[in-house]
Amino acid sequence: MSVKLGVPSKGRLMEKTFDWFGKRGIALSRTGSDREYAGKVEGIEGVELVLLSAGEIPRELAAGRIHLGVTGTDLVREKLGQWEQQVEPLAELGFGHADLILAVPNAWVDVNSLDDLDAAAAAFRQTHRFRLRIATKYHRLVRDFLRDQGVADYQLVDSQGATEGTVKNETAEAVADITTTGDTLRANHLKILGDATILKSQATLFRSRIAAANDQERAVIKELRKTLKLL
Amino acid sequence: MPDRIDIRARAAALRAAFEAAGAQLVETDVLQPAEVLLDLYGEDIRGRAYVTSDALRGEQMLRPDFTVPVVQMHMAHGAEPARYTYAGQVFRRQEDDASRPNEYTQVGYEVFDRENPVEADAEVFAIICDALGDQPLRAACGDIGLLLAAVAGLQTSERRKDALRRHIWRPRRFRALLDRYAGRTPVPAARAALLTAEDPFAAAGPDIGLRSRREVEARIAALREEAAIDPLSENEVALIDAILGVRENLPNALEQLLDIAVDMPAISASVERLARRMKALSKRGIDVDALDFEASYGRTSMEYYDGFVFGFHAASRPDLPPVATGGRYDALCRVLGQGRDIPAVGGVIRPDLLIQLEAGQ
Repeated sequence: MSVKLGVPSKGRLMEKTFDWFGKRGIALSRTGSDREYAGKVEGIEGVELVLLSAGEIPRELAAGRIHLGVTGTDLVREKLGQWEQQVEPLAELGFGHADLILAVPNAWVDVNSLDDLDAAAAAFRQTHRFRLRIATKYHRLVRDFLRDQGVADYQLVDSQGATEGTVKNETAEAVADITTTGDTLRANHLKILGDATILKSQATLFRSRIAAANDQERAVIKELRKTLKLL
Repeated sequence: MPDRIDIRARAAALRAAFEAAGAQLVETDVLQPAEVLLDLYGEDIRGRAYVTSDALRGEQMLRPDFTVPVVQMHMAHGAEPARYTYAGQVFRRQEDDASRPNEYTQVGYEVFDRENPVEADAEVFAIICDALGDQPLRAACGDIGLLLAAVAGLQTSERRKDALRRHIWRPRRFRALLDRYAGRTPVPAARAALLTAEDPFAAAGPDIGLRSRREVEARIAALREEAAIDPLSENEVALIDAILGVRENLPNALEQLLDIAVDMPAISASVERLARRMKALSKRGIDVDALDFEASYGRTSMEYYDGFVFGFHAASRPDLPPVATGGRYDALCRVLGQGRDIPAVGGVIRPDLLIQLEAGQ
């Protein structure tokens, strides 16, 4: 048996993860054709690379099918209840920065804070006879945040992609989404609410607290942490 | 966790006792239309209830409590006055505490009687108290009507009162509003800029979405009006704080509230109702000296209660949720009845917790 390390299977996230490990003496690479999700690990014995979609890594960690995994903090917090009990963050990798924010139309010159959003939601509900819709795929994080902040009279509507377009398409009045630069939001005539940063996320190496490990695997994990200078 | 068969037997016994006291037995569906619950409780209910769906009926929820279906049943074909009892499973998501069950039994007793509300309050409290037997439980109560009356009596605009009323059940935002209306927190820079701008829409860009320019203008007008009215007096804010600070046994709490009512006559009727309720409880054999009163009791956990609220807690097990809870929910009925006035008060017991406590002794 070997220690399973889950890494995003494509794109910049994969490349940056490979770079991060490479700089620390562990070479990760994909093998075979571009379409084949197989990889190899050099620089340490007993570690197996598992290439997965970043969105599946939290679930695999929580199920104990991988020992270590690289994914965004946003995904771990959204998908895992009591996440601290299921995974342990070992290192923030310094890339994949993204903030989960709330944004409303620029044209809402009266709304610049959560306080304004709450008041606007109350009036909106009276006028339109339904609750102000916020489009997001981060239901749990957004709901917990707004409950904590005491915002009422809104509803979440699911949007798995092109969330910034929902306002223009009139399927939502506001959005809660991940952004790095805010460019897409601006291009869609949306503005970020200053006091509504729900979460600051970045790519993070997590250890599963659930995955079973024998003595040998534990030794490998220890060795890996030493090589990565995470002890 | 006690055995399911024991819980069911205990639930049946409690329900039989409520039936013997004159309540009519009712059953409700486990699957409830999500729309009604969502409309009542808002998005928060999604965090607490299990949602499912099919292509024909759309979204449905596994019954998070019995109150809503029982009220609906009563409105559809109940005669007044009415007393109902029920026993069955309710379902609650527990995403933050794996040790709490996501499915448990509730046995309830609900009274729809407009004749004498304080008598009905006392009746429900007494019958629940009686059903709990001689477990050493701490009983606490409150009355959200007091705070509602205090808000209604403030010397300020209706708009401010509406905003405060809307957040009675969200203490943090209620406090933030109160502080702002009292002029204790500075006006945010963005709002100050908006109110002094020559053309507030100069950098607005294109209008997108359903919320129209007219709605934005209406809110700006409301903000202008708001900025022009006097702050709440320190005295009034202090009185609200004094009400929220009342935490005593019921007779002492009543004394304190009577003192506060001298300076805030708006709450006099509520305080007088509290006195009559105390007398009614006493008459039913409740030891009111041992009954705690907290003015903010039930403000965070039970949004639909708007008058008398109560709970029974195991003093020895602060980790457990209350063994029984209840209260008056006229406002919920008003929403469900689309304006129809249906006074209602009720309470529920959790037989699983009761058995657990008995076993622990």
